[in-house]
Amino acid sequence: MEAFFDRADRPAPTWARVVTVCVLLAVFSALCFWIFSSSVRDWEKVWGYRAVLFKGWLTTMGISAAALVLSTVFGVGAALARRSGFLPLKFASVMYVETIRGLPLMFLVLFGFYGVADKLGWNDRLPVGILILSLFSGAYIAEVIRAGIESVGRSQWDSARAIGLTSGQTYRLVIFPQVLRQSLPPLAGQFSSLIKDSSLLYIVGISELTFAAQQVNSATYSTFEAYLPLGIMYLVLTLPVSLWTKILERKLRYEN
Amino acid sequence: MKIELRGVTKAFGAHRVLDDVTFAADFDHVLALIGPSGGGKSTLLRLLAGLDRADRGNILVDGIALESSEDALREYRSTIGIVFQAYNLFPHLTARENVLLPLTAVHGLAPAEAAQRADEVIARFQLSTHAYKQPGLLSGGQRQRVAIARALAIRPRFLLLDEPTSALDPEMTAEVLDVIAELRVLEQPIILVTHEMGFARQSADLVAFIADGGIPECRPAQEFFDAPSIPATQRFLQKILKY
Repeated sequence: MEAFFDRADRPAPTWARVVTVCVLLAVFSALCFWIFSSSVRDWEKVWGYRAVLFKGWLTTMGISAAALVLSTVFGVGAALARRSGFLPLKFASVMYVETIRGLPLMFLVLFGFYGVADKLGWNDRLPVGILILSLFSGAYIAEVIRAGIESVGRSQWDSARAIGLTSGQTYRLVIFPQVLRQSLPPLAGQFSSLIKDSSLLYIVGISELTFAAQQVNSATYSTFEAYLPLGIMYLVLTLPVSLWTKILERKLRYEN
Repeated sequence: MKIELRGVTKAFGAHRVLDDVTFAADFDHVLALIGPSGGGKSTLLRLLAGLDRADRGNILVDGIALESSEDALREYRSTIGIVFQAYNLFPHLTARENVLLPLTAVHGLAPAEAAQRADEVIARFQLSTHAYKQPGLLSGGQRQRVAIARALAIRPRFLLLDEPTSALDPEMTAEVLDVIAELRVLEQPIILVTHEMGFARQSADLVAFIADGGIPECRPAQEFFDAPSIPATQRFLQKILKY
């Protein structure tokens, strides 16, 4: 039994880790089998709609990728604006970040589409959805980046000024590389949130993954078989993000 | 080199760290700034470095007044070598990259020339085996030597050292002071804030005593330590040389 305890001074052996994972998987599978075996048999029906699901998955991936880039731009911009000495910029950034963080994404999606985009006559759903998602995620990224910038000590700014770097160079060559290292774990969390949050866009009829699963469900009446692949397909997107972050974290590591 | 202060005042909030200081020093190699903590030594050094601006008054370096625009000050800073107490180096870059950064980013040297210059100073300070390590893997003394190497690689007009050894243990202090003593023979003058009285006495041409927002005494090192002329200096030296 002692082997199954993982302690800092006495790490658990590899075999114990493998056994634990296998047992947990077996228990989980048995549980699933016991609950669902009687009712689930419609895989063929759902299989017929695989193209719909796959297309939805691609759309989700596209929305996420675009929003990832755009929200990083918003986030970095808002973080820099907040540190700016120019009051209109600073306060605009504070208002943006605090307002967005105080509102549910569901509201932003509904209000953004029907309250704003519709009124402006902008009916192109996909770009509006990407913009709303980016604005939402950007507010959180701004806080992550701001905390990262503030965690870089005053001595670093002094040293950068002492050797004659301009403030642009200081950010680019000295501050951001350290912010990146500092902020990578929370940023990864934010990016995988972004992927998951894109599922809310289904309520305004953007045919992303969740929307596709809904369609399959209503066409086949096989709820479980339509939604299980949905979960797996989200995991296929989010797990690599956290894996990639771990790799990057190791690559960027330095002693402080 | 010559430095001159004309009616320099610098306050932080209501506290005047330097209060209407007028002072001139002319020296060839090393000017040591000593005095009690909070007396204004580091503030003066930051003004001389162009890192902060005086609230009032003028600072002249070799007869030329420092300008007050940030662009002009940055230009000025890029021509001098500045070393702080600690954390001079950028932790995400190796020792060599730290030395290279100002050469390429500020002074616009071609990569080959920058590399040659960096390797030269790194070798001179016996840091070659550590060139590819990040600061976190270096000892405090090695870090300060890299910082000095970085400051010298740009071929500065002069060096400003702000208590370069006060964050180090005695052994590393000696290692860094040895390096600074060697610099004495170079053409670059050094202005040094220090608590190492023995070192100031040995290596400085001039010693300036900074206390209570002013510079009441500035004399050749030997005279300064052997026969301090004012009571404030006498008291300070008595206190710190007691043990």
